[in-house]
Amino acid sequence: MRITQGCFSFLPDLTDEEITTQVDHCLEKGWAIGVEWTHDPHPRNTYWEMFGNPMFDLKDAKGVMMELDACRKANPEAYIRFNAFDNTRGFETVTMSFIVHRPKVEPSIRMTRTEGDGRSIRYTHEVVR
Amino acid sequence: MSETVDLRAEFKESGVRAVLEELDAEMVGLAPVKARIRETAALLLVDRARKALGLAVETPTLHMSFTGNPGTGKTTVALKMAGLLHRLGYVRKGHLVSVTRDDLVGQYIGHTAPKTREVLKKAMGGVLFIDEAYYLYKPDNERDYGAEAIEILLQVMENNRDDLVVILAGYAGRMEDFFRSNPGFRSRIAHHIEFPDYTDDELGRIAEGMLEAQNYRFTPAAKAAMAAYIAARSVQPHFANARSIRNALDRARLRQANRLFSASGPVDAEALSTIEAEDIRASRVFQGGLAHERKAAE
Repeated sequence: MRITQGCFSFLPDLTDEEITTQVDHCLEKGWAIGVEWTHDPHPRNTYWEMFGNPMFDLKDAKGVMMELDACRKANPEAYIRFNAFDNTRGFETVTMSFIVHRPKVEPSIRMTRTEGDGRSIRYTHEVVR
Repeated sequence: MSETVDLRAEFKESGVRAVLEELDAEMVGLAPVKARIRETAALLLVDRARKALGLAVETPTLHMSFTGNPGTGKTTVALKMAGLLHRLGYVRKGHLVSVTRDDLVGQYIGHTAPKTREVLKKAMGGVLFIDEAYYLYKPDNERDYGAEAIEILLQVMENNRDDLVVILAGYAGRMEDFFRSNPGFRSRIAHHIEFPDYTDDELGRIAEGMLEAQNYRFTPAAKAAMAAYIAARSVQPHFANARSIRNALDRARLRQANRLFSASGPVDAEALSTIEAEDIRASRVFQGGLAHERKAAE
């Protein structure tokens, strides 16, 4: 099942050129890009593994793309996303986040329905490979 | 009719002429450096025209080495070079990242590679200026981590020629040793530019330019004192060309401030912006340098 999280996730996957233009846009705004990856794309799994430190003071997207290549090489079967961090005082938050790499076969998300007291129903979701 | 490229128009429109004119106007002396940069600019312009007509195939090697004594304007020219390469479209962003050994080489095993990579990532799309590059290589210590940084640098210089230009800078003699022991660098660097020392006359003009930029000026007597100062300072040890002049002027401003402060009565703009001969004559240079250096000379 195709995971949809962050910006552009309902569009076809971005090509490397398109990623480069997006990153250039982020750098122009003065945002720092962090590379993160995970094998568990569950929507509640907010904290992915960091791949190196977030990159501050970059001027050109090439530096970020080099890091992405290294991350793809290290984790070819993982989800990889870019987080753009805005350090403007008062914001200090991730302002943009998008998936840049997916595994060849994406896991699916299964819903489990449990009946509780008084016939109330509880739902949970889990990632199944 | 065959397609043509107007080099003159390109020269003007690309902004290359503006950069070269700026270089001429702002930098005193350095005639051989200016000539080399002009040549390089012409080569790159022609290369670009060839590319437009489908003749050139590869990006030319643009890595450079700047050799010369301290204070001869290597960093300033590197800044201009970054602007030039940007105008010509050989680097995408045209910023200059200036580093020394400390920024590239780590302190323990496994620290160097990430550190070097971090710097390289910042320099992508611009110019990486490595000052005193020969410190990267320490032949007397085989466990030195500098070799690791050199290896990564060489790799990136070869593989990312479209993404960044590396400029190595340092004293002529030691750079020669560095290139001899690292032949990989020599073969990857196409342009070797030598920075000559400034003449006393040029240093005088540099001093005036520096003062003017800060809204100060010399009295005629102070100008003569400065000329005498330059003549005396340039034969003393640790003379660093324009940098020594800047330091001398900073000290002269200090003495001027002190003089104005201890004098009674109000001061006007004229007095606040004038450097007198006595501000310069008070320098230790006229007594033959620093005390311990005088003793060593005797």
